[in-house]
Amino acid sequence: MKEKYIEDLKEIKDIMNRSSRFISLSGLSGITAGVIALTGVYLLHKFVFEYQDYLIFDRVAISSDRFDQLWQISLGTLLLAILSVIYLTTKETKKRNQRIWDHHTKRILVNLTIPLFTGGILCLTLLFEGFIGMLPPLSLIFYGLALINVSKYTLNEIRNLGLLEVALGLIAMQYIEHGLIFWSIGFGGLHILYGAIVYRKYKL
Amino acid sequence: MKDLLKDLDKAFENRIRLGIMSALVVNDSLDFNALKDLLGVTDGNLASHLKSLEKSDYVQFKKEFLDRKPNTSYYATERGIAAFKKHIGAIEQLLNQ
Repeated sequence: MKEKYIEDLKEIKDIMNRSSRFISLSGLSGITAGVIALTGVYLLHKFVFEYQDYLIFDRVAISSDRFDQLWQISLGTLLLAILSVIYLTTKETKKRNQRIWDHHTKRILVNLTIPLFTGGILCLTLLFEGFIGMLPPLSLIFYGLALINVSKYTLNEIRNLGLLEVALGLIAMQYIEHGLIFWSIGFGGLHILYGAIVYRKYKL
Repeated sequence: MKDLLKDLDKAFENRIRLGIMSALVVNDSLDFNALKDLLGVTDGNLASHLKSLEKSDYVQFKKEFLDRKPNTSYYATERGIAAFKKHIGAIEQLLNQ
């Protein structure tokens, strides 16, 4: 009799976990994305921002060479980070016998995409208009809002990560000339920290 | 002991019905196929258990159109959520004895 109820409780817990929270966003993917971001920011510093004062509250003139390197490095970093997260998450999901593409993943992607695309389009517009200094704070803020928006469907840690990114973005706006440092902290440091915490806590 | 057994809900004696309620309590709503995948049961089996939960007024459904295809999604009623919580509470107390 008791065994049946213990089994029941186990089953309930398992179904609740499998159905409501996408728990496969692995810590390892956080760390990998963080390292990729740090590399990207370093390349930006070396090839685009060194000896330049682009990071101000105004429109700046940027040579077409540097402009090309700016978007190529940024796009490359973003794609590499996304691909590595998709790869590592798929691997983890397969290991746990969960399906990667279900109503749950769809819901997460839709809710992540809305604030992210809004911010992305805004940042692109500012970039083409030459307001490069605005990019670090605004990208951090919109990324943070996107994380907060999906946090109810995944690990609670995502919500804290989002809040930290937004706060960091707001501070970065005050110290606009140090945008690259805030980018390294936000997309590099915080992701690595998130990854380490999730890895320790959930062993994934 | 007798009181505890009274709190255990007959509707949740079946593992699949218990599974349906567990999933619906933590989700706003789930469609038929999502429930089917989650519980790994056949169409007919799931349908009959859903029907019995509807009869107890623990679960309700709404029909919508997604891409012009009809889609039925299920959600737990307040009555159902209360009954589920009571059932879990009774199980926990039984195990603590």
